[in-house]
Amino acid sequence: MSTAEIEISEHGQAGHDPHLAHHFDTLEQQYSSAKLGMWVFLGTEILMFGGLFCAYSVFRHNYPLVFSFAAETYLNTKLGALNTVVLITSSLTMAWGVRAAQLNQRMTLIVCLILTLMGAAAFMVVKSIEYTAKWNENVFVGYGNRYNNDYGGKEKADLPTQASGGVPLPATPVTPPAPTDANALKDVSQIRPRYNSPEGLVIPTSKDVVSLTPAEKEELVNERFHALPDQDQWRVSVFFSCYFLMTGLHGIHVLVGMGLITWILIRAVRNEFNSEYFVPVDLVGLYWHLVDLIWIFLFPLLYLIH
Amino acid sequence: MSTAEHNVAGTHDAHIAPHHEHAGAHVVPGWLLIGVYLILMVLTAITVFVSTMDLGQYNIIVALGVAVIKASLVALFFMHLFWDSKFNSVVLIAALIFVSLFIGLALLDSTAYQPVIKVTPVAKVP
Repeated sequence: MSTAEIEISEHGQAGHDPHLAHHFDTLEQQYSSAKLGMWVFLGTEILMFGGLFCAYSVFRHNYPLVFSFAAETYLNTKLGALNTVVLITSSLTMAWGVRAAQLNQRMTLIVCLILTLMGAAAFMVVKSIEYTAKWNENVFVGYGNRYNNDYGGKEKADLPTQASGGVPLPATPVTPPAPTDANALKDVSQIRPRYNSPEGLVIPTSKDVVSLTPAEKEELVNERFHALPDQDQWRVSVFFSCYFLMTGLHGIHVLVGMGLITWILIRAVRNEFNSEYFVPVDLVGLYWHLVDLIWIFLFPLLYLIH
Repeated sequence: MSTAEHNVAGTHDAHIAPHHEHAGAHVVPGWLLIGVYLILMVLTAITVFVSTMDLGQYNIIVALGVAVIKASLVALFFMHLFWDSKFNSVVLIAALIFVSLFIGLALLDSTAYQPVIKVTPVAKVP
């Protein structure tokens, strides 16, 4: 860098750092501006995911039983936890890479970036295993979901009769019978509370659904499914819309992150970074940590529902 | 941040002290990165373990509480917010406040447009 300082820069100013744009006074000012810009972008990313988190919150608040049924039946907590570990580990290697760039450790930076890239790839492999399982179990998004009213594939869920178009017929308003009315009491089993309450439903649960035989599993799934309130049963497909949109948008971010890390890796191999110029490494690192941050919330919200 | 760690870019001090950051950024100590990583792993194990227990409504509180702690650790140390200009933190917190407002207000009236009239839980069948 000391030789660069005495060269004439492209802007014709002697003693000008080649990485310092002419509209900044100092490298420090340029660096903090770049970081602030990145943070504003990350803020908009959080707001974008906020829309999906909002949809998730409203649906889970209204149909807690549907969410616990779908998550406990179909989501593999072990794979989710594995992906959490993989992503946090790749966050560590990315943070270490930024540190290496700041300290002029070119080889460490390259190794860290390769490790981060491998972590991202491993995450996507696990994710694709999960998505394949959903596809095979006919719980994909929209019409590909056996709980959707308009699902046309095999093994459609045994849904109560409803109007087509995915919208249930408005149920006849039900007046809760007075507990003393003997005739009404017979019908109490037909009236299921929509909210998870002490008097509410108890869904039969069993750990390690994965270890059951397919027939046993199908039986258990049906048993749990029919314990759900009739008017909510088709909404199991809504859970999977939330699941695929949230993990899908996150997965797209992982793919974009892999592209960015590859770009940084190529530049690192070309020895373009040093202790005075590492802004791209730092900003891509921030992006990668945000991807990790989103997953830190997605994991408990989707995989750990009870 | 001490002045020794905070050399101004382009000064010759920066070249004499290569272990300190030049362009105003802070170099995170390696032990701290490893420590934060280990805490994140422990918290992940805790949140998975707690999810196997039935704590009723407290399950979601524990799960989200642990997630907030993990996210704070990542933001503060992996993302340098602990040493950064506080304005970056303000940007992040502002985004989080708006997301909270969005979700909070949506939840307030989310039950108001249901096709089914809310049925209050009735007494158990004997």
